[in-house]
Amino acid sequence: MARIGVFICHCGENIGRTVNCAEVAETLGTLPGVVHAQDYKYMCSDPGQALIRQAINEKQLDGVMVAACSPHMHEKTFRRACASEGLNPFLCEMANIREHCSWIHEHRERATEKAIDLARFIVEKIKRNQPLETIRIPVTRRALVIGGGIAGIQAALDIADGGAEVVLVEKEPSIGGHMSQLSETFPTLDCSQCILTPRMVEVYQHPNIKLMSYSEVEEVSGYIGNFSVKIRRKARSINEDLCNGCGACPKVCIVKKIPSEFDAGLGKRTAIYVPFPQAVPNTPVIDRVNCAHFKAKAKGIKKEACGKCKEECSRGAIDFEQVDSFVTEKVGAIVVATGFQLYTIDKDQPEGLAGYGEYGYGTIPDVIDGLQFERLASASGPTGGKMLRPSDGKEPKRIVFLQCVGSRDRAKGIEYCSKICCMYVAKHTMLYRHKVHDGQATVFYMDIRAGGKGYEEFVRRAIEEDGARYVRGRVSRIYREGEVLKLQAFDTLSGEPMLVEADMVVLATAMRAQPGIEQLAQKLSASYDGHGFLNEAHPKLRPVETNTAGVYLAGACQSPRDIPDSVAMASATAAKVLGLFSKEMLEREPTVARVDPALCTGCFHCERVCAYGAVEHKEIRDRKGNLIKVVAEVNAGVCQGCGTCQATCPSKSVELQGFTDEQIFAEINALAV
Amino acid sequence: MATPAESLAPYEPRITAFVCNWCTYTGADLAGTSRLQMAPNVRIIRLPCTGRIDPLFILKAFERGADGVIVSGCHPADCHYTAGNYHARRRFAVFKELAEFLGIEADRLTFSWVSASEGGKWRDVVNGATERVRRLGPFTAYRELAGRAS
Repeated sequence: MARIGVFICHCGENIGRTVNCAEVAETLGTLPGVVHAQDYKYMCSDPGQALIRQAINEKQLDGVMVAACSPHMHEKTFRRACASEGLNPFLCEMANIREHCSWIHEHRERATEKAIDLARFIVEKIKRNQPLETIRIPVTRRALVIGGGIAGIQAALDIADGGAEVVLVEKEPSIGGHMSQLSETFPTLDCSQCILTPRMVEVYQHPNIKLMSYSEVEEVSGYIGNFSVKIRRKARSINEDLCNGCGACPKVCIVKKIPSEFDAGLGKRTAIYVPFPQAVPNTPVIDRVNCAHFKAKAKGIKKEACGKCKEECSRGAIDFEQVDSFVTEKVGAIVVATGFQLYTIDKDQPEGLAGYGEYGYGTIPDVIDGLQFERLASASGPTGGKMLRPSDGKEPKRIVFLQCVGSRDRAKGIEYCSKICCMYVAKHTMLYRHKVHDGQATVFYMDIRAGGKGYEEFVRRAIEEDGARYVRGRVSRIYREGEVLKLQAFDTLSGEPMLVEADMVVLATAMRAQPGIEQLAQKLSASYDGHGFLNEAHPKLRPVETNTAGVYLAGACQSPRDIPDSVAMASATAAKVLGLFSKEMLEREPTVARVDPALCTGCFHCERVCAYGAVEHKEIRDRKGNLIKVVAEVNAGVCQGCGTCQATCPSKSVELQGFTDEQIFAEINALAV
Repeated sequence: MATPAESLAPYEPRITAFVCNWCTYTGADLAGTSRLQMAPNVRIIRLPCTGRIDPLFILKAFERGADGVIVSGCHPADCHYTAGNYHARRRFAVFKELAEFLGIEADRLTFSWVSASEGGKWRDVVNGATERVRRLGPFTAYRELAGRAS
């Protein structure tokens, strides 16, 4: 006969107000196998845990049931308390009578009845629990960082400085991300390149960092401490070992008019190019879509159409025959820092987004987005830092900024706030005024959200010192009349319609999740929200972890973030990763599947449904070495414990420890009183 | 052992919910922390994943006195274990037809996806299932088969 102790928590008033805890304890105390039942104000408190320890000792308990909050909250607490008295922690389970009962019901009798049911199920389950041993697995002390923007750079540097090796994968030819495109940054007006490029160089030179630019994560397998990652190294058409970054090849390239991604389409680049002068690595890449050589090849022309760069290269580094290659890296932790993309103002919008026909769908050349403005204001930009509008190269004397384009507008498909726009628009008005002293900047805003150290002061400075005119309201239409842009607007403070003239308009467009993030998330078994932003394990208490152990989040891949937030988050992931690497062995819950070889018929349905490849083939031989049969065996290190194999197994020979058929059926049987 | 007072009480459906630990259980936790009031008729049985749910669990629940069953897990593409919910979805697509053949009305079975952030949706699933089962009345066929007519 079992000797189970049941403990009912009042959680102060949280449970006790709705559930009659004394009645629950009394009723459960009459169940066969229950030898101890009591209720207490706070089971999780020190005296509460002492009650459990005392009962284990005095009544020789072989199972403990605590009816309290969600097991996600305190299962570990109570299991530890049991373990400290020598009771196997997996003989302790919780019934959730707070989140699943007292907090969601008001009727005292019916809530009490439900609490008794929930606790009874668990008592019946515990009677069938087996003592289990924690699984210990080794840790590979190397980390993978996906994304080489400021978040990825910071995470990589912090982990590498902590003494662990880092593999940094960046899909673009250079690291630097969006921050490298910015002119100056709020709220200090530091030059973005000046603070970023030294860090990029540090990454390149760090003995613990292996940088793989122009590469993407292809496959991820394994589990915390033991991931195996296949990385696609895209064909750069340049031998990176031979190239010394002299910069001769772009000068001779015959294709010169490709819109530069780095200059947000405002500048031009060649087909063989280095994205920007401070790129790391400073190795060019051939854009095969636009290169004359590859275009001719694609058309089936046998004769080599162009080989100018190859002829020019004194080191023979250009390799037209290069193909994508693959490398596999073993790592123990993965940091995702894939960043964001900007909402496009073009007509073509992804499903669910409406676009802005009223702003001309991006067809008016002097209506640009925030990133394009950054390039216009940047000393390394297409105008050399002169404020000149794209259509005719004239200096705009009247400039209008529209906030919340795409953001905070359900009708347009995005209801969230992009967080950074209020601040960068304030910055833009200042940068504009510093370059065009007699110019007037006008901002149309919905609300000004300037929470952050020095942020509100920064916005005030834009208004009070640099003369930005802030109008609360929306612009309903932008159209051209000759050289002038006209904006129909509505001032919601005065309640007056307005007609504003401008020479240039800047749209502060929403931050969106990176394209393709869903595919990456699926490779990592990480979840994402309806907008494609990756989900943290807990919004408050576990903000940089995902629900997949060993996978962490940094920067704007999780939600719109500015630079200080992204950097803070990146350092937090590094702390998590280094904490993980500080252990010799990792401990894992023993919720894994086990096969009974005597029952297994070797059909391997389990192998087909296992998402982790945890099922292996095991040969059973007699003493003479003759093969009797091949059965399934679960690799406990790889198994994650979903139990899909058990529900699939026709011979019922595989059992998920902790959730065996016997245990579940005991819970179901307890339905009938 | 129904006492006279109980037999006079209005019919209250008994519903068993088989939910996954990561999405729906956590979503139900969120409903709790958000204090969303809902029908007290549902009893949750926690499993690691909907992939672990054997259709026999559902039949057993009906035999042991459930009037309705909810199965809920992570949304497609959102499974903590990558694909367990897909296996569950296939299994229940087949099982649903079998259940009707076995005399279990479709409205007694609720399959849904509730994520960890959908406390409100969990409340709606609970209330919806309770109402549908309430309209159908008690499910006694299997209990009679098992010799425990209620």
